[in-house]
Amino acid sequence: MASAASPRMPKPRPKYLNLLQIRMPVPAVISIMHRASGAVLFLVIPLLLYLLQTSLESANGFAAIRSVFTTPLAKLVLIGLLWAFLHHFCAGIRHLVLDLDIGTDLAPARASSWAVIVVSVTLSLVCGVLIW
Amino acid sequence: MVRREVVGAHYGLRDWLAQRITAVVMIAYTLLLVLALARMPQFDYWHWKAIWGIPMMRYSTALFLLSLYVHAWVGVREIIMDYIKDAGLRLMLYVFTIIALTWYAIWSVQILWGL
Repeated sequence: MASAASPRMPKPRPKYLNLLQIRMPVPAVISIMHRASGAVLFLVIPLLLYLLQTSLESANGFAAIRSVFTTPLAKLVLIGLLWAFLHHFCAGIRHLVLDLDIGTDLAPARASSWAVIVVSVTLSLVCGVLIW
Repeated sequence: MVRREVVGAHYGLRDWLAQRITAVVMIAYTLLLVLALARMPQFDYWHWKAIWGIPMMRYSTALFLLSLYVHAWVGVREIIMDYIKDAGLRLMLYVFTIIALTWYAIWSVQILWGL
């Protein structure tokens, strides 16, 4: 509901709805990545269940999956998925902490966003080295 | 005077809470799994199979996967709600998601107990 007619026209507010034009703060970036990584993880559930099933069914199945994961491409995909998981994991822990009303000011919220990025990328690299 | 209260569809708080409880369950399980994998003396079929045969591991994994499916439902529904404007398509995607997650849940039990 608009307030009573004002004598002057309201200033047109700038709207930058083009996501490629606005400069997003770090918390917004990790928020979008949280959503994107969640969507990716949802889509790969059947693949992961299939891998678990095949690896447990027989020694042959286990060996077949192991040999698939010796190829660089499969390793890269696995590391990418691990990164999606680790990002979602770290950003999720940050959410839980924010829900406890800890670190909700601007500066700590930005710092914890950077921490999410740094920790998840570092852990992904460590996993990558271990896998390779 | 009629006392009017603002009410919603009532699933907001419930889903918010479910999302957090399932998240905590999954965090705990992740740490358990990493520990179990790190303690494997050797990464071969028999040791791999032995891990999943431990009853504690089997029930924890079942609880984890169940939490994952509830968590995924809340999250995916939110994504669909935000981006799909057409009501018919949205409903169809909800139905597909529910069917997929129910199928995964049954499949998970089959994998864990059908060894």
